[in-house]
Amino acid sequence: MRVGALALQGDFREHLAAVARLDQEGVEVRTPEELATVDALIIPGGESTTIGRLATIYGLMGAIRKRVETGMPVLGTCAGMIFLASGTTGPEQPQLGVLDVIVERNAFGRQVDSFEADLRVEGLDAPMRAVFIRAPWIEKVGGAVDVLASVEDPGGGGIHPVVVRQDRILATSFHPELTHDDRLHSMLIDLAEEH
Amino acid sequence: MENTTERGTDRVKRGLAEMLKGGVIMDVVNAEQAKIAEEAGAVSVMALERVPADIRAEGGVARMADPGKVQEIIDAVSIPVMAKARIGHFVEARVLESLGVDYIDESEVLTPVDEFHVDKRSFTVPFVNGAKDLGEALRRIGEGAAMIRTKGEPGTGNVVEAVRHMRMMNSQIRSLTTLDPEELMNAAKELRAPIDLVREVAETGKLPVVNFAAGGIATPSDAALMMQLGCDGIFVGSGIFKSGDPAVRARAIVEATTYYQDAAKIAEVSRGLGEAMVGINIDTIPAEERMQDRGN
Repeated sequence: MRVGALALQGDFREHLAAVARLDQEGVEVRTPEELATVDALIIPGGESTTIGRLATIYGLMGAIRKRVETGMPVLGTCAGMIFLASGTTGPEQPQLGVLDVIVERNAFGRQVDSFEADLRVEGLDAPMRAVFIRAPWIEKVGGAVDVLASVEDPGGGGIHPVVVRQDRILATSFHPELTHDDRLHSMLIDLAEEH
Repeated sequence: MENTTERGTDRVKRGLAEMLKGGVIMDVVNAEQAKIAEEAGAVSVMALERVPADIRAEGGVARMADPGKVQEIIDAVSIPVMAKARIGHFVEARVLESLGVDYIDESEVLTPVDEFHVDKRSFTVPFVNGAKDLGEALRRIGEGAAMIRTKGEPGTGNVVEAVRHMRMMNSQIRSLTTLDPEELMNAAKELRAPIDLVREVAETGKLPVVNFAAGGIATPSDAALMMQLGCDGIFVGSGIFKSGDPAVRARAIVEATTYYQDAAKIAEVSRGLGEAMVGINIDTIPAEERMQDRGN
């Protein structure tokens, strides 16, 4: 199976390393032509404003949206989750709008508030070590979206969803690619095999 | 469930630099420039009082930016904000941390205050440091730096020194990977670097933290050159806001950093950018004015 990682900006190489550990072929995706060759797509962590701007200029917004709408499985982490979502609580920015959630960017605060913690995720038997870096959380969840994990803001901002699934779309606020725990990547590959 | 939450771990500090990879970090001196940078696709901005080219031209002691100015830049953008502290000035660093700056650059562009660098392990905010070679990079990482950049020669618009530093780093890393375990202690002695970090590099063939290019990058081709030499991303100091049309040049450098292997795209974005900053030849700079020799 060919698993693409959107390689416009961010930690796509760490995602492709996870794909390689799962014995699948990884591909860097920077153009609509490269996108057409993959069975599943990962949208990495990075800066969502940068990724959105480049995806708009280079004709990837429509191309990715079309693939996701016709069933291609996708995993978005952090900036990737923002990019998939239908909106943010802040100013407008380019988003695919395929995942029916509203996200709050940098919700936990600035870098000094970034943290790691053990997190229970529905469908996984043991907790994941979750690394949240200037991370978003989900402010509003649509009807077709399942919440697989929530976390309590260490800064006192309450409990918020941080892992969600809608059909073949998986999204996390944190970075499974930074901890060599490949269970969510494995879930993506299972979705692609079913498809 | 027991509380397993931790802030300021190596993973959290180094992780932010991982997210900046493949991106461009731009020097800005006010909120207006910060917005232009964000709009152009910068992954982060570096807040400072004067860009390196002006520091070089005006001389005098260069210090941390006014906290009011840093705050104004933090409030203007949603991307991470970095700021520079003087080498060894741990109070400037604490002040920047208290403002909520996302990364501190302990920078040779400012005037050093100590022959020792800041003990970066004691901070929650992560630090980036410059390095000319592998030994210097590993000493800084040993002190707690979570990100490295080449020093280059800042404020010159001349990328030659950044290329030299990157090539030196690559070649020293390659040669470490060829050594037997018995030879590594001597290599650590010669590099003047901590042995545990030398062992790690010998094993993995790369630095344990992200390594960006900085110092003299002025054109989209300069950025792509540094990416092809193996850098993880790009800092542009004076190169953008000292040029004829900053917004257009900023966008072009961002695109060239993503499509660094695609010469046709680099050609396309490089068309009609207007004046690049005026450059300085390194051999016309007196040795005592070379910023790269500050802090070793």
